Amino acid sequence: MRFAVIVFPGSNCDHDAYYAAKEVLGQQAEFVWHKETDLRGADAVILPGGFSHGDYLRTGAIARFSPVMDAVRTFAAGGGPVLGICNGFQILLEAGLLPGAMLRNRGLKFVCEHVHVRVEQTDTPFTFACRSQQVLRMPIAHGEGNYFTTPEELRRLEQNRQIVFRYVDPAGVATDESNPNGSLQSIAGICSERRNVVGLMPHPERACELSIGSRDGLVMLESVVKAHAAGTLAAAGSASV
Amino acid sequence: MSSAHDKATIERHGLNDEEYQRIVKALGREPSLTELGIFSVMWSEHCSYKSSRVHLRNLPTTGPRVLQGPGENAGAVDIGEGLAAVFKIESHNHPSFIEPYQGAATGVGGIIRDIFTMGARPIALMNSLRFGELDDPRVRRNMEGVVAGIAGYGNSIGIPTVGGEIAFEECYSGNPLVNVFCLGLAKADEIVKGVAKGTGNPVYYVGSKTGRDGIHGATMASAEFDENSAEKRPAVQVGDPFMEKLLLEACLEVMTTDALIGIQDMGAAGLTCSTCEMGSRGGAGIDIDVAHVPQRETGMTAYEIMLSESQERMLLVVKRGREREVEDVFEKWDLHAAHIGEVTDDGLMRVRERGTVVAEIPTGALTDDAPVYKRPMATPSYLADVQKLSLPDRPPTDDVEALRALLASPAIASKRWVYRQYDHMVRTNTLVLPGMGAGVVRVKGTNRALALSVDGNGRYCYLDPYRGAVLAVIEAARNVACAGAEPIGATNCLNFGNPERPEIMWQFGRAVEGITAACKALDIPITGGNVSLYNETDGRAIYPTPVLGVVGLLEDSSKVLGRCFAASGDRIVLLGESRHEFGGSEYLKVLQSVVAGMPPEVDLHAERALQQLLVLAAREGLLRSAHDCAEGGLAVTLAECSFGTGGVGLTVDVSAAHAPAAWASASTLFSESASRVIVSATTENVGALLARAKALGVPAREIGTTGTGRISVSINGRNAIDIAVGDAEAIWDGALGKFFKQRAA
Repeated sequence: MRFAVIVFPGSNCDHDAYYAAKEVLGQQAEFVWHKETDLRGADAVILPGGFSHGDYLRTGAIARFSPVMDAVRTFAAGGGPVLGICNGFQILLEAGLLPGAMLRNRGLKFVCEHVHVRVEQTDTPFTFACRSQQVLRMPIAHGEGNYFTTPEELRRLEQNRQIVFRYVDPAGVATDESNPNGSLQSIAGICSERRNVVGLMPHPERACELSIGSRDGLVMLESVVKAHAAGTLAAAGSASV
Repeated sequence: MSSAHDKATIERHGLNDEEYQRIVKALGREPSLTELGIFSVMWSEHCSYKSSRVHLRNLPTTGPRVLQGPGENAGAVDIGEGLAAVFKIESHNHPSFIEPYQGAATGVGGIIRDIFTMGARPIALMNSLRFGELDDPRVRRNMEGVVAGIAGYGNSIGIPTVGGEIAFEECYSGNPLVNVFCLGLAKADEIVKGVAKGTGNPVYYVGSKTGRDGIHGATMASAEFDENSAEKRPAVQVGDPFMEKLLLEACLEVMTTDALIGIQDMGAAGLTCSTCEMGSRGGAGIDIDVAHVPQRETGMTAYEIMLSESQERMLLVVKRGREREVEDVFEKWDLHAAHIGEVTDDGLMRVRERGTVVAEIPTGALTDDAPVYKRPMATPSYLADVQKLSLPDRPPTDDVEALRALLASPAIASKRWVYRQYDHMVRTNTLVLPGMGAGVVRVKGTNRALALSVDGNGRYCYLDPYRGAVLAVIEAARNVACAGAEPIGATNCLNFGNPERPEIMWQFGRAVEGITAACKALDIPITGGNVSLYNETDGRAIYPTPVLGVVGLLEDSSKVLGRCFAASGDRIVLLGESRHEFGGSEYLKVLQSVVAGMPPEVDLHAERALQQLLVLAAREGLLRSAHDCAEGGLAVTLAECSFGTGGVGLTVDVSAAHAPAAWASASTLFSESASRVIVSATTENVGALLARAKALGVPAREIGTTGTGRISVSINGRNAIDIAVGDAEAIWDGALGKFFKQRAA
């Protein structure tokens, strides 16, 4: 399976995503520069974390205009699996591939620490191999991860089962204390209506080996590999076209 | 070219009469105003090390692993498998007082440039910070700004801040210290130098445009502060981590082309320093025209362009005929490389303004031939008084209360409030997280890992600069050894007051002697560093504060150790000798508001044996955890070993210290004797560990076991401390954040 890791100027988790896909998972991985217009036959696309264009404007606001985003849009429209991690998630929001927006963390400070998230949906390509309600321990590292949207949009997200991850305590309960940034409804990650585009603030690529603190994130990458092998990605794509 | 300058002009440039005459002699004529400006920054304390050089010459800088010693942008040591660790520490103290966020941010930016300039990819940051006492709101504001600035820059550029240390003393309230350490990785045979060579080779400028910011920053950093210092704000620069990220990636990409001759960042003294240093190192001259320098503002003079300290700028010398390749790489990253001049063979730094020569100076006159002073030294008059310590008849409080107070002391309390703001996991190499011991990063593509620690104790150095400096070296090295790593190189950041005062110069000289002795005894070469003098506000100097950054190598990263007990039922062993030593201790400061006495004694042979034991035992897999015994003594160390473990406690029994009867238990628990480590081992391994200790002559005593969820310490069978881990941990974990509670988490 071939992963394309998009590199925007200011991406800084691009190497980490590449390493996780290639070295830990043993799959093929390629960097795709943001000025390119072709994903070169990728089976899955990762928009990595970082500070694209410095994030001096709203996070992700400039990256959405990169030439490569047209290719990502087309890929997503065809049902291809797209994962936005942290800044990648913020870019997907700005690009309109996922609904909602990010506010500054409610504590107004950048927060880097391990958190727990609960898997709410297992029918996305990146949670395919998870157990329902499985609790994953992964790091966050962001200053603007406070997810926000309108009440109508939130209702739609809930109705369509698009909330994929919630911040929870180690026992799997969503409490105010376990919400590290003030996100609406403790939302840590969502998917598109067609379920193939997933964005989340925690970093699964930083949680793929026990030696660096956790391997709970690996299941997300394994999910897409399994889904690909099972042919469910193409099926999901064509079924919904 | 120009007639003589008046006295006021010369003085404003921080030059004295003698130095001015030296300039006239070097040029064979009076300098132009631009030349005067150039000499002024290059001969400033910050760039020339004119007061410190005579002392620094004695530092041990060589060794079998040293690939690059002092004199380049950073030092480098061989870590095997064809790789080099490239590292340096640098201060940004003065700017961080004037504008905390940008001062600290640009400090991070500067040291990162020093590392990638060497052809190394930066992989970890650390910092050593000093502030005043936190009950002062101005200090809290300063600290909040500094931490945010470090976070803002490091997080954005994507280099993890994996640890550091912070201390609080009144003497730093008007002069905080911000020392930033950066580590990078390079191929050992591909280290790039800051050198200009090859007549006719083009000189390129790349990065941010030059503005009027930071003009004379180096001169500012070479003067004391007074009440008007806030007016120096224009001399502080504004950082742009995004630009630096582009420069970092583009420069590393250019280095893969072999079209590059040399490269240097424009840090202190900007374009001036980079041109003359590169020329001087290569024995060449450089001829540039400032009209080609990209400028942010209109109407800038040659003087301003040469002295600007705008951030995120690099100077490159490229092989003639290979320009296109280099330009293309920069274009890819949306950077424009401007061709501003050529390398010459006349050894002169020639600056033109639209063709007209406005400065022409032999590069050597600015660098190697800069003034060197052997400044007078005198034993400080305060010393005899503060070194005397007479303890009261009995300790001021009972032992459990003392432990609680120490755990809540900002110097000892968890720094989570700080490191939570730093991205410490990006690059997915961080094996030991901040607060868990030395910072440890693995080296991908190998089994190796590097451990890093920065340490210093201003209080000890104030009481005895020599011994304090020795203690700084051995603590940093011991921390690295506690991770299981062999210390292989060090860098130092020497923060002192005004060197023109003999008492300060004495502190400096003694501290450097201490570093020299300790590094020699432990066989750790110093591969570079930084000196920050004039750390004074309104005539009051900071404590002399040498900070050591030590890098250690683990050949097998799976053998890495942290400070935390691993599980219940392990054996706890105390390594090293405990004595009745309260001089300069955290106990005296926190519980008696006294800073006095002699710092703990050091036996460098014992220290070396202890570190060898740690590295050996870790390599053999005999240890489960190791934690250095430092501020707060044995009781605090034991408590810390149980924090972050989910409540694994400990039950130990130690023998009483040789101290006056009333002080025996306080001394046993809180004395700060050096060269001690708490380790844990499985029941199976403890015998082998004790045998290794014996063979190496390291005092080792099994004092108890892990488990029970309580911190229970007995002295000669009598229980002295018994507190639930959770209670103690809550105090320790929350103490620092309480000072900044105004906003919700």
